[in-house]
Amino acid sequence: MIRLEKRKEPSKFWRIANPFLAVALTMLAGGIMFAMLGKDPVVAIRLIFFDPIFSETFGSYSRPQLLIKSAPLILIAVGLAIGFKANIWNIGAEGQYIIGALFGAGVALLFFPQPGWYIFPLMVLAGAFGGFLWAMIPAILKTRFNTNEILVSLLLVYVAEKILAAMALGLMRNPDIPGFPGSRDLRRYEAAHNAELFAGSGVHWGVVAALIAVIFAYAMMKRHMLGYHVQLAGQAPRAARFGGVSPTRLVIICLGISGMLAGLAGMFEVSGPGGQVRIEFASGYGFTAIIVAFLGRLNPIGIVFAGLLLGLTYIGGELSQMMLQLPSASIQVFQGMLLFFLLALDFQTNYRLRLTRGVRT
Amino acid sequence: MKKLLTVGALCAALAAPVMADTTKVGFVYIGPVGDHGWTYTHDIARLALEEKFGDSVQTSFVENVGYGADAERVMTQMALSGTDLIFATSFGYGPDMNTVAARFPNVKFEHATGYIQETDNVSLYNARFYEGRAVIGHIAGKMTETNKVGYIASFPIPEVIMGINSAYRHAKAVNPDVEFNVVWVYSWYNPAQEAAAAEALIEQGADIIMQHTDSTAPLIVAQDAGIMAFGQASDMSAFAPEAHLTGILDVWTPYYIERVQAVKDGTWEAGNVWHGIVDGMVGFAPMSDRIPEEVRAEAEAMIEAIAAGEYHPFTGPINKQDGTPWLAEGEVAPDSDLLTMDFYVEGITSDIPN
Repeated sequence: MIRLEKRKEPSKFWRIANPFLAVALTMLAGGIMFAMLGKDPVVAIRLIFFDPIFSETFGSYSRPQLLIKSAPLILIAVGLAIGFKANIWNIGAEGQYIIGALFGAGVALLFFPQPGWYIFPLMVLAGAFGGFLWAMIPAILKTRFNTNEILVSLLLVYVAEKILAAMALGLMRNPDIPGFPGSRDLRRYEAAHNAELFAGSGVHWGVVAALIAVIFAYAMMKRHMLGYHVQLAGQAPRAARFGGVSPTRLVIICLGISGMLAGLAGMFEVSGPGGQVRIEFASGYGFTAIIVAFLGRLNPIGIVFAGLLLGLTYIGGELSQMMLQLPSASIQVFQGMLLFFLLALDFQTNYRLRLTRGVRT
Repeated sequence: MKKLLTVGALCAALAAPVMADTTKVGFVYIGPVGDHGWTYTHDIARLALEEKFGDSVQTSFVENVGYGADAERVMTQMALSGTDLIFATSFGYGPDMNTVAARFPNVKFEHATGYIQETDNVSLYNARFYEGRAVIGHIAGKMTETNKVGYIASFPIPEVIMGINSAYRHAKAVNPDVEFNVVWVYSWYNPAQEAAAAEALIEQGADIIMQHTDSTAPLIVAQDAGIMAFGQASDMSAFAPEAHLTGILDVWTPYYIERVQAVKDGTWEAGNVWHGIVDGMVGFAPMSDRIPEEVRAEAEAMIEAIAAGEYHPFTGPINKQDGTPWLAEGEVAPDSDLLTMDFYVEGITSDIPN
């Protein structure tokens, strides 16, 4: 019979191998699903994973798009991962993303239509500050009143969405287009436009920021005292407290960093690819980034790959819809499978299956 | 940008031999094709294209495409794959479509309910749904017993506000005591939220539900509560046979066939059309037996009068909500007023969100 046995130490091998295995299993199970829908599974998988990068027709457009789609995911996920390591659960990055975008766009709209090199840097600061501010609400409530940051940060997403709708309909509405909600198109306001740094490359300031965030997070987790405190608090909270790590300080720092990065991501999006403040601006990056953080094993380098992979399934998913007429719901199922298989496989990081003879009493 | 253009040109050149006799038509949808509402009716028209043109037309679609970067990417990928004509079917795609259209001057773009036309390869088309709203408003005014009509609205844009005004005016004309309660759900398709809105409206006393959202959820809630409702976009009677009174139908097929034919003939030009009942773009689902004979006859008469051009649903005197005059006695609303409508007419008690 088969018995479960807890490992003494989590298996390093499976920790690294599982994401790859999960991708392989997703391809297999997804392929079966596509076949059941009457589509050629090989073509579908190829369209999702390979064509966005290698296709002659689409590649030169999709490759830069991959950066555009993945950068906000990576930027947010890097921040979330730091908190997750310390067992501080910011589930409301989507809200911080929205508020960051509103702060950034607000600065731009205040200066419109003036030119000025200083406008964009001010927007960056405002975006980071907005996200930070929104994350401070669950942080302070947790440290002062011991509320649960998971619930507070999550519920604040819905508050942020309402504020977004109010802004798009009221204060930030474009006065030049009567009757329609939505702000001015920031892509058409040069001083505020987060344009591509090199034409056709997909590299905008958000991509650069994501790269910097990854390097900083990596250095912090590996080399800095704070990184050590984060890991310690996550793995041995009691030991951390005896070691002089202040839980209050850690909560503020972790939620602050993740809120700031999410706010930045929102700001780079609204001033670039998103273009304007609109009611439907939030597209779930804040939630998808949670998947990215876990898929990347809460490791900054891993998150880069996980973010690119998720971005790939979005872009390839659209391609496969367009070319094969796959329903969009099947792509969502496909993305869901990825997390499902990863979580299922992670079981064997901590446990092992043993074949035994007879029943032990 | 420049690189993109060369890539686009290269793809067009590569794809040319195939395109010689096959016209590729792409559709960008805001909701799922299975919504049985707005997107469903566009997809029916897409399938009708395949039926009509056979192998000489190849269609594709992407559903649930959000406004902004996603829409821009989907349209660009369609253009890159050699699509000749792209229909994007939600008002919010405007900025994205115009951006892509500028990059691909050889691809033709058709924008439903759009309002931005910056290049000569962007065409706008829309239906005069307010004509249909006038008819169902009349029926609602006659049929309500609680004198409360619940209205589930999507986004506060002229299209939706115009519909509320039209329905309200015509309900009020036959029932001075009628009241409209409007709930905004900020979505075109969100069955859970639409259902919750319907429940809230019923709790407030509504015995008829009207919707300007795309799911069948409000109808099903109405059916369960034993009240009446109007369908949206397609014939939704099968989902709520008791509750369903009638509904405005979106009929896109003739227009789509005409535009694809124009592309095939090389005569396509950007236009800006706003078709109504008379052009067949606005239709009605079969009227329920629940509607009394005389009310049905009045409704039919109104449909005929509108189609014949004898009656315009926005004919003065009409005041704005704040009491200021809008249209004088006998004056007909100019299209420009309707297309930018951001006010309620006199008598509606709630406010447009702003």
